[in-house]
Amino acid sequence: MATIAPPVEHAGHPLVDDRSFIRKYIFSTDHKIIGIQFLLMSLLFLLVGGALAMVMRWQLGYPGRPLPGGGVLPETMAPGGVVLPEFYNSLVTMHGTFMVFFAIMPLLVGVFGNYLIPLKIGAPDMAFPRLNMASFWTAVPAGILMVAGFFVEGGHASAGWTGYAPLSADPEYTGVSAGQQLWCLSLIILGLSSILGAVNYISTVINLRAPGMTWFRLPLSIWSLFITAILVLLAMPILSGALIMLLFDQTLGTHFFLPAEGGQPILWQHLFWFFGHPEVYILILPAMGMASDVIANGSRKPIFGYHSMVFAIMSIGFLGWIVWGHHMFQSGMNPTLATSFMISTMLIAVPSAIKVFNWLGTMWGGSIRLHVPMLHATAFVAMFVIGGLSGVFMASTPVDIYIHDTYFIVAHLHYVLFGGSLFAIFAAITFWYPKMFGRMMSERLGKIHFGLTFIFYNMVFFPMHQLGLHGHMRRIYDPSIYDFLKPLGGLNRFITISAFLLFATQILFMINFIGSWFRGRKASNNPWDDTGLEWTTPSPPPHGNWPVTPRVYHRPYEFSSPLVEEDFLPQDRELDTPPARAGSAPGH
Amino acid sequence: MDWISWMLPPGASTFARDIDWLYYLILVITGIAFVVVEVGLIWFLVKYRARPGRKAHYTHGNNTAEIIWTTIPAVTVVVIGLLSGGVWNNIRGRESVPADAIPYRVHAQQFEWNVTYPGPDGQFDTPDDFTRRNQLHVPVDRPVVVELTAEEVIHSLGIPAFRVKQDAVPGMRIRVWFQATTPGTYEIGCAELCGLGHYKMRAVVTVHSQAEYDRWLGQQSTIAASQ
Repeated sequence: MATIAPPVEHAGHPLVDDRSFIRKYIFSTDHKIIGIQFLLMSLLFLLVGGALAMVMRWQLGYPGRPLPGGGVLPETMAPGGVVLPEFYNSLVTMHGTFMVFFAIMPLLVGVFGNYLIPLKIGAPDMAFPRLNMASFWTAVPAGILMVAGFFVEGGHASAGWTGYAPLSADPEYTGVSAGQQLWCLSLIILGLSSILGAVNYISTVINLRAPGMTWFRLPLSIWSLFITAILVLLAMPILSGALIMLLFDQTLGTHFFLPAEGGQPILWQHLFWFFGHPEVYILILPAMGMASDVIANGSRKPIFGYHSMVFAIMSIGFLGWIVWGHHMFQSGMNPTLATSFMISTMLIAVPSAIKVFNWLGTMWGGSIRLHVPMLHATAFVAMFVIGGLSGVFMASTPVDIYIHDTYFIVAHLHYVLFGGSLFAIFAAITFWYPKMFGRMMSERLGKIHFGLTFIFYNMVFFPMHQLGLHGHMRRIYDPSIYDFLKPLGGLNRFITISAFLLFATQILFMINFIGSWFRGRKASNNPWDDTGLEWTTPSPPPHGNWPVTPRVYHRPYEFSSPLVEEDFLPQDRELDTPPARAGSAPGH
Repeated sequence: MDWISWMLPPGASTFARDIDWLYYLILVITGIAFVVVEVGLIWFLVKYRARPGRKAHYTHGNNTAEIIWTTIPAVTVVVIGLLSGGVWNNIRGRESVPADAIPYRVHAQQFEWNVTYPGPDGQFDTPDDFTRRNQLHVPVDRPVVVELTAEEVIHSLGIPAFRVKQDAVPGMRIRVWFQATTPGTYEIGCAELCGLGHYKMRAVVTVHSQAEYDRWLGQQSTIAASQ
């Protein structure tokens, strides 16, 4: 557990920054700029993914009615504004693809992995700054290719974000050729970007921790990003391999997944979910870690059961590899195998429960400051609980027979990825915004945005449980053709209207985000009275982060420590007086 | 407003009893966990809100608490797992298909369900076999077993009222059985995205009394034989 000191070439000198504009802001090797680049790109894709969902919701709420303003869409997508079934399938596919791969994953890993790791461990930058730059500039063409798919002949990929073969493997089955190929290519390139990033995060955490920053002094955000980076490094190559096989099936006439020549459709599912379930934890672990940082800060208490939290992150990271079959209970897989996947899946509830109870333990006896990041972080806990508990229904193999591929799973995954990940992302953005941009976001606008998002979010996704319990299949263009789904029309319209309100509410966030950049109150070094190393350097930190490498003396969440007068003890503060007098220190 | 409830719609097969029972058990357990956690969360937010002059209670945790909230969820999920495993074996286990089940063949293709009936002799590949599109007719209170195949892409035979769902995979023959308990008609929908007509890949299953079923079967095979 030796801690290796980072290079200290800046030690004792003021940080001089004479880089050109392009090297500073475009082709930057500074982890903070790269983090912000990822932030802007993935927020843009979050908006795109949300907009696609709005078109889907319109069709589900008002099947066959022309979309307001849909006249601008081309004839091949929505003639007269009425969404076509093939376009609907592309919307389903691309909403999932953009949200998972281009919004939530880069928001968590690309943005906060980059921004937080060096700043929280006391390093001047990533271990491989140029590799880091390459990681971002590999993600950009991937994004461009993915958007380009909408403009090619035959339309965009329409086999679902899970790309199940044979539907995805032969253009004959969907009528989509170039779109599906661009989908594969884009994800292969994006995978490369993720792998480059993961190598960097792992190396940086292992090698560049400041003196005194032992493993068990790492904040949980860093622990979770570290374990996540290992998952990314191991999981992405599997997806890339599967995508290359799929691309070959589409273009070169191979038959990996096409049964006519001996291929195996289920092989795709095994490969996809062997990547896909670790991916689920890639999308939630960093959220858990960052929410932990914010909850400790908001509660003014050390994280309850820090070591349990670390071991829970590790066990989720490990168990995530042996549960993929729970996506395939109805796939024709051996039923005995399903039982073993059920048991491993059920076991993941245990570390998840440990984390939830420890967050509650952290709040217990606290002195809770309900600042905007804390509001989002508590919403994260409250919503993740719902997503976790609804997961138990699907884990139970017999109950899954009924709710598999219904809106129940749509509700579940959005409670984890929106209620969980996205609320934690809002917590993280609002918490670290002052550090990133040197200005505070508006607290009042932030609270309004939080309140409305929380209400509308639940109005959209909670009733989806009911849709699923009535047997409403997912990914269907027009539920009104089924008699047994007809009574659900009103509920579908309610969800659609709520979704529009939820989407509109995000304008408040955009105003706050962009407006505060220019007009926000100047942020101090440590506006949240936090203990982390990132708050000991100016907001925003200079290139190289610290003039002198910080030295770490304390555990990560020393809030309300009896050793100091104020209610936080920064990790780098050396206490020179014996702790005995601290409790009765004279007032100011 | 009954569509906002957590109750399942009525089932019409023998599986519904077991699956619904398990569903309600999990609903009660997760419901309790939900209330405990969410009420605790809100209570803490109110009770421990920042007030001037009060410092937070400085603690790093409690091992007893950790052991309690590790053990209780672990035992609970293992119990749910064992109960689920038993029901699953009765539905999907290798030996679960009753020997006297009436055989059917269902071949799924974009975007229809082709149901082949063995005819009155109960044997396939005989002259009285016949195929009907998007219509499945079964007798009440008799186990039936469907051999499920797919033409080109994966489809999924979903019969919500029977609590039946099974993917149809090209290149595989998958057996799925059930026993209807209530005469009537029920809808079949494709549960796996299968292309642009996925949403309208709809069929109807009719559950007859035994006498009515025999009469229908006789009629259909006469028509089939005369063609």
